[in-house]
Amino acid sequence: MRILRTLLTAVAAVAVIGAPVAQAEFPEKPMNFIVAFNPGGETDVTARLQQPYYEKVAGQPLVIQYKPGAGGAQAWAGLNELPGDGYTMVGTNLPHIILQPMEKDVGYETADITNVYMFHYTPDAVLVPQDSPFQTLADLVAYAKSTPGAVTLSGSGTNTANHLAQRRFSEMAGITTTYVPFGGTGPSVTAVLGNQVSGAMGYSTVGVAQEGQLRMLAVATDQRLPRFPDVPTFKELGYDLVSGAYRGIAVPKSTSEEVRHQVSDIIGRINADPDFIQQMEDGGFVVIDVPYDEVPAFMAAKQSEYGELADAMGIRKR
Amino acid sequence: MLDFLAQALTPFNLTLALVGVVLGTVIGALPGLSATMAVAVLVPFTFAMDPASGLIALGAIYTGAIYGGAFAAILVNTPGTPSAIATTFDGYPMARRGDGSLAVTLATLSSVTGGLVGAVFLLLLAPPLAKVALAFGPPEYFWLAVFGLTLISALSTGNMLKGLIGACFGLLLSMVGVAVVGGDIRFTLESQTLLGGINVIAALIGLYCIPVLIDLVATPDPHLKVAAGAGGFRLAEAARLAWRSKVNLLRSSVIGTLVGILPGAGGSIAALVSYSEARRSSKRPERFGQGEPDGIMATESANNATVGGGFIPTLVLGIPGTPPDAVILGALLVQGIRTGPTLFVQQGSIVYTFIFGLLIATVLMLPTGLVLGRYAYQSIVSIPKAVLVPTVAFMTVIGSYAIQNSPSDVVIMWALGVMGWGLNRFGFSPSPIVLGLILGQIAEQGFVQAYLIGNATGNVAGMYFGRPISLAILALALLTLFYPWLSDRWRRRRRGTPDD
Repeated sequence: MRILRTLLTAVAAVAVIGAPVAQAEFPEKPMNFIVAFNPGGETDVTARLQQPYYEKVAGQPLVIQYKPGAGGAQAWAGLNELPGDGYTMVGTNLPHIILQPMEKDVGYETADITNVYMFHYTPDAVLVPQDSPFQTLADLVAYAKSTPGAVTLSGSGTNTANHLAQRRFSEMAGITTTYVPFGGTGPSVTAVLGNQVSGAMGYSTVGVAQEGQLRMLAVATDQRLPRFPDVPTFKELGYDLVSGAYRGIAVPKSTSEEVRHQVSDIIGRINADPDFIQQMEDGGFVVIDVPYDEVPAFMAAKQSEYGELADAMGIRKR
Repeated sequence: MLDFLAQALTPFNLTLALVGVVLGTVIGALPGLSATMAVAVLVPFTFAMDPASGLIALGAIYTGAIYGGAFAAILVNTPGTPSAIATTFDGYPMARRGDGSLAVTLATLSSVTGGLVGAVFLLLLAPPLAKVALAFGPPEYFWLAVFGLTLISALSTGNMLKGLIGACFGLLLSMVGVAVVGGDIRFTLESQTLLGGINVIAALIGLYCIPVLIDLVATPDPHLKVAAGAGGFRLAEAARLAWRSKVNLLRSSVIGTLVGILPGAGGSIAALVSYSEARRSSKRPERFGQGEPDGIMATESANNATVGGGFIPTLVLGIPGTPPDAVILGALLVQGIRTGPTLFVQQGSIVYTFIFGLLIATVLMLPTGLVLGRYAYQSIVSIPKAVLVPTVAFMTVIGSYAIQNSPSDVVIMWALGVMGWGLNRFGFSPSPIVLGLILGQIAEQGFVQAYLIGNATGNVAGMYFGRPISLAILALALLTLFYPWLSDRWRRRRRGTPDD
């Protein structure tokens, strides 16, 4: 009798525990997000902004981890060795994952990275100090035309989004400017604030953080930023420049097609949340929606765009 | 103002400050677990709090971690955080001769003093002081790094040549990987693992800790001598020493605050600069490096002063003064708080409550530090070598892995450690190597940026030699370089006869 009761209890217990497992929807445990950079950077900040929405949209918390090194390459080279169960995601950045493998053997190829969503970008922007004589982009271009090379623009690192934008803008405007690379956005902005350089080829997020100290002359978006209705786009001024640092979310290659779609859906739903959009726009980010099915076309377009630049700048070495 | 003090004194905020300081001290004491990491781990918890409380928790853990770095520096000759490098110079010799508890207590008193001075500057003078950060351009960073390198001549007395060779080796190590400025790939031996360069913390653990471990195994001596009857905190003795060196403490704290304001300089440079100043103005400079209490007081007050100093550009300019500040800035952004010059006016209640919280956390460091320090000291001296060595060896692996979750850092740490042990045998100390590694990157970036700007404006020479702050730093560097020789001459002239 006792044995029977024990058995029954066990069966009941299994039924109770087992039932939700059988019907459970992905995800059923916390999801991990690996940031390929140091904490405190923009990739970290945007992941932190997303964090509470995972709980809201997917019902599971997001755990953020850091694996910095070699400009992100360390994390991306290890991506495909991670378990492909959909619970491990790595943040990816453009142009990094396209330019790095072009330049040298970094342990991964662009095609090795399975992006399931590209969810926003930080547009490039030209910023000058508040007391700068350059009131408009036209002032800067005119000065650069009269004294080639004398306009110094600080930016974050060499062969980065800022560097590419400086190069393309100078070419489009037919001017020569001097790019001064710094070890990150922080020091690059310090140099502008301290009048060490004429201006920065920085990001719109800098315009938010330094509002009142720095003046944004132009921003590399399709439409004006809602946060800065008075700042013109490069397009309006006649330069076809829409660029910045794009951020996506990738999963290991071994992740099944079904799970890839599920992860993509979760990020898509977060991206559609009005509160999230508001927070991103307040910070100077531009939310974009490139779900899993559209990623290949998006990446192909970017690869040819960056490829041409890489050839022109001598970045491509392999 | 008193309202804000009262807000900082709520039981919840007090608990946060206390827990933060204790956690921070423990994390800082473990080599490899850095202040940045401690702050990053805590960030998500602060989202549930109001902004001021969250900031207090983060500030407390940060200041505790910087202080905790001294424990490992004093007791096992391994800086727990890079800012404690210079604490090993006199801390470890003191511990070896049996004054470990005195050294820990001195470090506590100095850290509290430095932390308070830095926080008071933050409270009273933040907006004007933030201008210092802006006055420092690429040439100033270049000369500051050169100034730091001249400290090698002061630190390697008796064997300048070996010091310089070590520094050159360190400079070479600093160039490994992808250059920030220029993007060139250097000295990677075609390997992907070296693309990211040599991690400073992995190098610290290897160069300082591994030789100590090997020597512990190779010799029968006990790790630290325990002086008879020298147990306890030795608080009265330490307080007397600190009072006698109040000028040194204050000067080092001010240096620490000022260096902390400079984004990209950091606690290690602050500690080194104040160490060399303390040595220069000391009546017995020859005792520095052999267990001189003034050395510990200089470095520990300076590195904790960088906490308050580093918050100045973070809060006023929105530019992180130190890596942990970058994480805190990110947390503020997520909380929807806009940093900038208007922050102190518009959101004064958050800022001032936080600064008072930081002051309280710094004061709390005194009791918690004394208790934790005593515990750390006692466990290190009472643990038999057969247990201590494997435990510390295990920690070196965990610590270097944890920096970037990367096994290659562990390999680099071991390789540099074995190399450091070999070099030690031939009289090369690890400090010049580490200095070269840290300062090489700052010097190189500053030099190239200054050259690019100078070239663009057609005034390369003026970039390096035409700016007042640059010239002042250059003068200090020259003074440090030739000081031993100059003071020798002065002394001889005064005595009228050659010494030897």
